[in-house]
Amino acid sequence: MDFDTIIQVLDSTVRLATPLLLACLAGLYSERSGIFDIGLEGKMLAAAFFSAALAAITGSVWLGLLAGIAASLTLSLLHGLASITFRGNQLISGVAINFLAAGMTVLIAQDWFQQGGRTPALIGAGRFTPVELPLAQTLSGVPVLGPVYAELISGHSILVYVAFLAVPATWWLLFRTRFGLRLRAVGENPAAVDTAGVSVIGLRYAAVMICGVLCGIAGAYLATALQAGFVKDMTAGRGFIALAALIFAKWRPWQAMWACLLFGLLQAIALRYQNIDLGGISIPVQAMDALPYILTVVILAGFVGKAIPPRAGGEPYVKER
Amino acid sequence: MNASATTPPAIELKGISKAFGPVQANRDISLSVAPGTIHGIIGENGAGKSTLMSILYGFYRADAGEIWINGQRTEIHDSQDAIAAGIGMVFQHFKLVENFTVLENIILGAEGGGLLRPSLARARRTLEELSREYGLDVDPDALIEEIGVGMQQRVEILKSLYRHADILILDEPTGVLTPAEADQLFRILRRLREEGKTIILITHKLREIMDVTDTVSVMRRGQMTATVRTAETNPEQLAELMVGRKVLLRVDKAPARPGRPVLEIEGLRVRDDKGVERVKGIDLTVRAGEILGIAGVAGNGQSELLEVLGGMRPGAGTIRLNGAALPLHGRGADGQARRAAGIAHVPEDRQREGLIMEFHAWENVAFGYHHDPAYQRNALLMDNAAIRADTERKIEKFDIRPADPWLSARNFSGGNQQKIVVAREIERNPDLLLVGQPTRGVDIGAIEFIHKQIVALRDAGRAVLLVSVELEEILSLADRIAVMFDGRIMGERLPQETDEKELGLLMAGMSGEAA
Repeated sequence: MDFDTIIQVLDSTVRLATPLLLACLAGLYSERSGIFDIGLEGKMLAAAFFSAALAAITGSVWLGLLAGIAASLTLSLLHGLASITFRGNQLISGVAINFLAAGMTVLIAQDWFQQGGRTPALIGAGRFTPVELPLAQTLSGVPVLGPVYAELISGHSILVYVAFLAVPATWWLLFRTRFGLRLRAVGENPAAVDTAGVSVIGLRYAAVMICGVLCGIAGAYLATALQAGFVKDMTAGRGFIALAALIFAKWRPWQAMWACLLFGLLQAIALRYQNIDLGGISIPVQAMDALPYILTVVILAGFVGKAIPPRAGGEPYVKER
Repeated sequence: MNASATTPPAIELKGISKAFGPVQANRDISLSVAPGTIHGIIGENGAGKSTLMSILYGFYRADAGEIWINGQRTEIHDSQDAIAAGIGMVFQHFKLVENFTVLENIILGAEGGGLLRPSLARARRTLEELSREYGLDVDPDALIEEIGVGMQQRVEILKSLYRHADILILDEPTGVLTPAEADQLFRILRRLREEGKTIILITHKLREIMDVTDTVSVMRRGQMTATVRTAETNPEQLAELMVGRKVLLRVDKAPARPGRPVLEIEGLRVRDDKGVERVKGIDLTVRAGEILGIAGVAGNGQSELLEVLGGMRPGAGTIRLNGAALPLHGRGADGQARRAAGIAHVPEDRQREGLIMEFHAWENVAFGYHHDPAYQRNALLMDNAAIRADTERKIEKFDIRPADPWLSARNFSGGNQQKIVVAREIERNPDLLLVGQPTRGVDIGAIEFIHKQIVALRDAGRAVLLVSVELEEILSLADRIAVMFDGRIMGERLPQETDEKELGLLMAGMSGEAA
């Protein structure tokens, strides 16, 4: 494998890791506040559709992004209502959101565009285009570092940079600010937050809303940057892989980034090497496609060690004496 | 100590009422607490003490009544209002974030700025001053999960002081403390009183009231039945005010007449779930017609001892019941086999091990005895009607209230839940009764009853092994006391020949020889 191939695979890794990372950080906020969210998948899917649809209709990817975020926020609000206000079961609410998004997106897509449940292919300003970082062309001739900068670091869509900047931002917010202290506390022991005179409900809604925004960006990225338009079930389990990454990372932002890059790498390898010939035995393409998912299971089962979720996770808060 | 005519009371409650559905938890309660005093509130479980304090701390809104703080009419809608009014509360179950440091817990909700670093630095200085002023030493950087309960309680007190609380409410503060830790807490409370703080101490332990309070109010069934000066009352009078009738605080029992050994334990070793050895080779004998009490601070192997005897955990060594060895692991070492052998077990944690809280009382009465032929209709079906009839008999005999076999275990009070478990086990007339913490969270009236039942079983010539962290209970109920420390028996004593002080030393691991 030559240097160029490695750069290409890593470049692909970054692009594939981006939606995972956004969704993973989204889940991190929600779960750190004590609200389990298996509806990441559904929120991403809804955001993917509405961003692509609005971008297709208006021709503006930015309006598309806003629509995607709005769609995801709406589902977040639904999850918040069910699990915070009405103290419902968070898993059931998440499952419902996934079903709702899976069915609704295709239905509306068919109604609006009559293209078999997809949106028209996005062109021009309907898509996020690569951002050329300063001096990328000039430096590309420098050995090793040049291609790394020009190919790997430069030339991604703006949302990729947003995703990776969200990692230090999340770390800072979580561990260096008052909001972060309270957010972590409410996921561990909401009664402590409540008796300290801080609103448990307010904090949890804030976390769920942040989760909605990040899932919205993730979905919009899928449909308007990674690909050019929405197709049925295009999230393909990324919401669940993001959850796996979150557990793998033990609910910590930097570790979440590395976990998502690992899963991104697996996907990139599977994409690039569709058929591997091992001296007469060829590994079928389906096996390669399944690889990231299989490894998800293996990693979760074998390599995580003891992952302790936020202690109040999944439990609706009921005031007690 | 007397509030003079010019200083208004620190707290004055006027006609507070609160109902939860049909249950009147507080009925027209009035209370006045002078500043700089320790005021006790005593009452049985369910008397409404915690509800009243929750109203004062803004957890519930009163249906009627007024709260006056330092002579000011104060509306308390939530904890924020209570904190602003200078009220701090130390709950029975601490409200601490386990994986946060002491300092982080103290500033939570009172950070005083958006960024943590300056807040933490400021809090560290304030904490040092508070620690010095009140003699409350804590390590600000220790994680809560790594410090003991006594220390955690200090953190709770410091949390209130950090928020400038002048009025401190403590709800059952000694429930989780060793006698020594409780004494230390009382020293802290006296110190706080000297510094002018007003303290409300909620408890059901008469001894604490007598030890530390200046005045005491008694609650019964949602009403304030009396407020008296502590110096002018005595435990018997307070108990009577609490229960509404005369109560025997001592257990009234004839001297034991021990017979043949029923349970013989030799070299028993038990490991806990993490593989740590918790019982490190003990020898014990319990005879027919005697109650052997195991005293000790929680976590010194008593729980594991009960579990291995009850068939809930494997062990190594020898256990003989009526001379026949019992298997300690594998087949025949389960609860079913132990019951068949004649061992009944009232487990330490009735809510987790003694009952299924969502099930009806009558279903709970059958647990562990499902194979009783009296409960079978035929080879296939159980005779639920027979179980319910049996439950009704037990409800009547043990005065379990409400007398409804269809009620879920959850809906009984702690005392009545425990009566269900005790009735189920004692009524089997076992050769050996294992009892763990029989009166934890149980009100005085029910304690008296449960103690009587245990003594009656003993008088019928049965053996009883009692494990309790309440020294008073051990001293009054047991015929012989063995003290456990770090998985070993530190010594055996006769209750009439020892006292709390000597037992306390043994419980702390001091050798019994010198004592």
